[in-house]
Amino acid sequence: MNKRSSWALPYFIFLVLFVVVPLVLIVVYALQDASGHFSFSNITKFFTDKDALSTFALSIEVALENTALCILIGYPVAYILADKSLNRSAVTVVLFILPMWVNALMRTLATAELFTMAGITLGKGTLLFGMCYDYLPFMIYPIYNQLAKMDKSYAEAAEDLGAKPLQVFTKVTLPLSMPGVVSGVMMVFMPTVSTFAISEFLTNNKIKLFGTIIQENINNSMWNYGAALSLVMLVIIGITTFLQGKDSREAAEGGAI
Amino acid sequence: MDEKIIEIQHVSKSFGDKNVLRDINLYVKKGEFITLLGPSGCGKTTLLRMIAGFLQPDEGAILMDGKDITGIPPHLRQLNTVFQRYALFPHLDVYDNIAFGLKLKKTPEDEIDKKVRKVLKLVSMSDYEDRDVESLSGGQQQRIAIARAIVNQPQILLLDEPLAALDLKMRKDMQIELKEMHRKLGITFIYVTHDQEEALTLSDTIVVMNEGRIQQIGTPIDIYNEPVNCFVADFIGESNILKGRMLHDRRVAFIKHEFDCVDEGFGEDVPVDVVVRPEDIYFTTDPAKCQFRAKVNSCTFKGVHYEMWVDTDTGYELMIQDYDPYPVGTEVMLYIDPDDIQVMKKERVANVFEARVTGAGKVSFLDTEFACDTEGFAEGDTVQATVSFEKVDLLDHEETADLTGHVSVILYMGDHYHLTVKTETGENIWVDTNDIWDKGDFVGIKILPEDIRLSKPAAQHE
Amino acid sequence: MKKILAKAYLWLILLVLYLPIVFIAVFSFTEAKSLGNWTGFSLNLYKNLFTGSMQNSAGLISAVENTLLIALVASLIATLLGTVAAIGIFNLKGRKKQTMQFLNNIPMINPDIITGVSLFLLFVFLHVSQGYLTVILAHITFCTPYVVLNVLPKLSQMNPNIYEAALDLGATPFQALRKVLVPTLRPGMVSGFILSFTMSLDDFAVTFFTRGTIGLDTLSTFIYTDARKGGLTPELKPLMTIIFLVILAVLLFINVRSTKTKTN
Repeated sequence: MNKRSSWALPYFIFLVLFVVVPLVLIVVYALQDASGHFSFSNITKFFTDKDALSTFALSIEVALENTALCILIGYPVAYILADKSLNRSAVTVVLFILPMWVNALMRTLATAELFTMAGITLGKGTLLFGMCYDYLPFMIYPIYNQLAKMDKSYAEAAEDLGAKPLQVFTKVTLPLSMPGVVSGVMMVFMPTVSTFAISEFLTNNKIKLFGTIIQENINNSMWNYGAALSLVMLVIIGITTFLQGKDSREAAEGGAI
Repeated sequence: MDEKIIEIQHVSKSFGDKNVLRDINLYVKKGEFITLLGPSGCGKTTLLRMIAGFLQPDEGAILMDGKDITGIPPHLRQLNTVFQRYALFPHLDVYDNIAFGLKLKKTPEDEIDKKVRKVLKLVSMSDYEDRDVESLSGGQQQRIAIARAIVNQPQILLLDEPLAALDLKMRKDMQIELKEMHRKLGITFIYVTHDQEEALTLSDTIVVMNEGRIQQIGTPIDIYNEPVNCFVADFIGESNILKGRMLHDRRVAFIKHEFDCVDEGFGEDVPVDVVVRPEDIYFTTDPAKCQFRAKVNSCTFKGVHYEMWVDTDTGYELMIQDYDPYPVGTEVMLYIDPDDIQVMKKERVANVFEARVTGAGKVSFLDTEFACDTEGFAEGDTVQATVSFEKVDLLDHEETADLTGHVSVILYMGDHYHLTVKTETGENIWVDTNDIWDKGDFVGIKILPEDIRLSKPAAQHE
Repeated sequence: MKKILAKAYLWLILLVLYLPIVFIAVFSFTEAKSLGNWTGFSLNLYKNLFTGSMQNSAGLISAVENTLLIALVASLIATLLGTVAAIGIFNLKGRKKQTMQFLNNIPMINPDIITGVSLFLLFVFLHVSQGYLTVILAHITFCTPYVVLNVLPKLSQMNPNIYEAALDLGATPFQALRKVLVPTLRPGMVSGFILSFTMSLDDFAVTFFTRGTIGLDTLSTFIYTDARKGGLTPELKPLMTIIFLVILAVLLFINVRSTKTKTN
């Protein structure tokens, strides 16, 4: 069986070529000026660019709010779905994931249109609502997975030891479901910061998020500055991944259906 | 019947720097039921996997019907395996699992059908052919695994702890069925187990293994009645293992009493080990028969017999099994038949290490430097360091210890424990102690300078 | 009481989740150009969609074709690559295994835009002209990790003796692979494939950065460009409705069937 380990080699080469090298290229391009010389100009440009900085701050703020909203709404959903006494049908779970199969842009456009029809002006409020709508399934699914595979006897043991229902939840269920929450956060937070099309549609281009300025720079051939902005995001990803640790990755595993 | 179907010649195998098999020599006779028996990690499964072809020996050869099959891959070998956890193919039903090997051989459909039905009947699983294998109970899966192997009419069936996952009742039933199947099929069974009772029940021949070496080969009765060393005596059945001294032929002393025995040829006044099975110590009320007296200190009902521990008048503790109980505190008279005393040559009488003098008053062995009297030896000399079993101190910490290790084997010798301690570098040191340790305990080992005796390497203890 | 509240909460959230989709479906049965404009019941949009008699019909049809083609090719290759990789990773030990698992996690942690921008820079750097090939490569990049993650648990659940049992029964290593290993891993491969296919279908950002300038459109980029131009091609509404209904039907069918086989 030992020779089988060499089967990882093609994928290793693939990963190096299409994941590692591109990420290195982001750093390389970010540290070059337009003529290809080494320079910190793009980085300093970002830290002196008021527009970019405020967009960045806003993006982080929106992402934090959206993530919090997704947890607040999504956790109870996941909890109810995973509780066999409250929900016995697997179809209900599928119903929550199903919207993901419809093109996200199309759904976002429809949401924006619904707001317009209801007479709600597109702005930060609608942006948050729409984001939450788009990313909610990504929060529900990992938490649900974590809760569903949790051994019921933990909760029973807590009850047996005298915990009231609320205490069972706060002292046992919630801590044990944290890996699911953490991987839900990973699946919601970074994508929210970097989204571009969705925020454009939901605010009618009134609010720009960080993803949009990256896209604008790349599309306008300002690759080096675009790369520098991407590098800023990479740093944040690095920090959040580091903080998250290893424990929660398993929660994201599992099937599609 | 005496034809050798499998011959294993000087086979050794190591994984990394761990020697799993050391110079194994063994032959299997055609049609016999042979069992490789030993504790986990003794190398029995490795040996079986080599016969099956999943592993290659580092050295030595494996012969089948006189032909070297060492390099032949498993799918070309004329033998089949029943795996420990069955390894039934979960995506195939019972029928397709059994037909797997036949289909690969392009056997005609109707013949496959006939053969599958026949083996299903043999393992009493007719009518199960369409079942999903994962819906079957452990015992049923076991039968299918056996059926899947024997349908290919192998010359040899290899069984790797096939009953280990079953509950006791099921295991007993399956033992009887396996024996019956072996009789009906008439092929060779090579069976691996760590369960000595299973081995005694099933086998024609038992191969007892420990630490990669064969300890003893023999019939179940031989192995039980005449274990060749303490390991075998302790591993097979219950026993009282005691230090003794062979006074002369047919006379042995142990527990500070003298007994008649049937063993000869050990020499005079030679230290030996003595094994007495607990069912071979008899109670008597006749003072003329009495060989020694004792007091019962515990008595437990074990279903069929009572298990009693007695303290002898000379301060030893013995286990006795008898159908009649004697209340705790009873003074009893005991005797042992000469036939029932098994005398074994001592494997070693003291720890003997190859050592090197590293300086004045310093000597190195077991990868550790010890202080000791090096009078008469020069720096760089290779010497032999001898340490008595009882002079090795075991500590529950490592601060003041010379080196550390783990307790790997514990033998109770009636009035003390004889421990085998494996050091961090994988070497063994043997210790006599009155302290109670558990298997696997981490221990610090300390040897005082005055307890190390040095001698010239030529002076072998014989 | 607790149960009613819980159910009510679930249905409320579901209602909000499905509102936009229902909205699209409802307005697919009217002719108006803009999304929320009802000009009376009509099947004209469906008719247009199927006869291809609409403005920009070629663009929409080729976008649908591209989306399906890219998703199919990318997820097939990802499934193959990911399964082989999973077998390899499963048999690795220590540092090498950790490294592979870490590398495999990167594309999943990276937001789409980083994957898109970084691959864009790679193709620019290597002077590869961007088009189908680059989009498919990019999709394989973000799909394969999910295949690996779906196949790995199947390997660890697998009885390690199964492969040897096949050899023991006379199968050559290749036969053992085909007849035993692959069928055992199949559930993981299938869910990895479905996941890959879905993500490829839904992808916008990565495609956007790697499609180049040859006018290659998938459904996502088509909608994006369309929406940026102001007028959404109205036939998208019936198209989305049909796609949704097909997926709904397939998923319900799979679930009903799997619950049935479980109870049998």
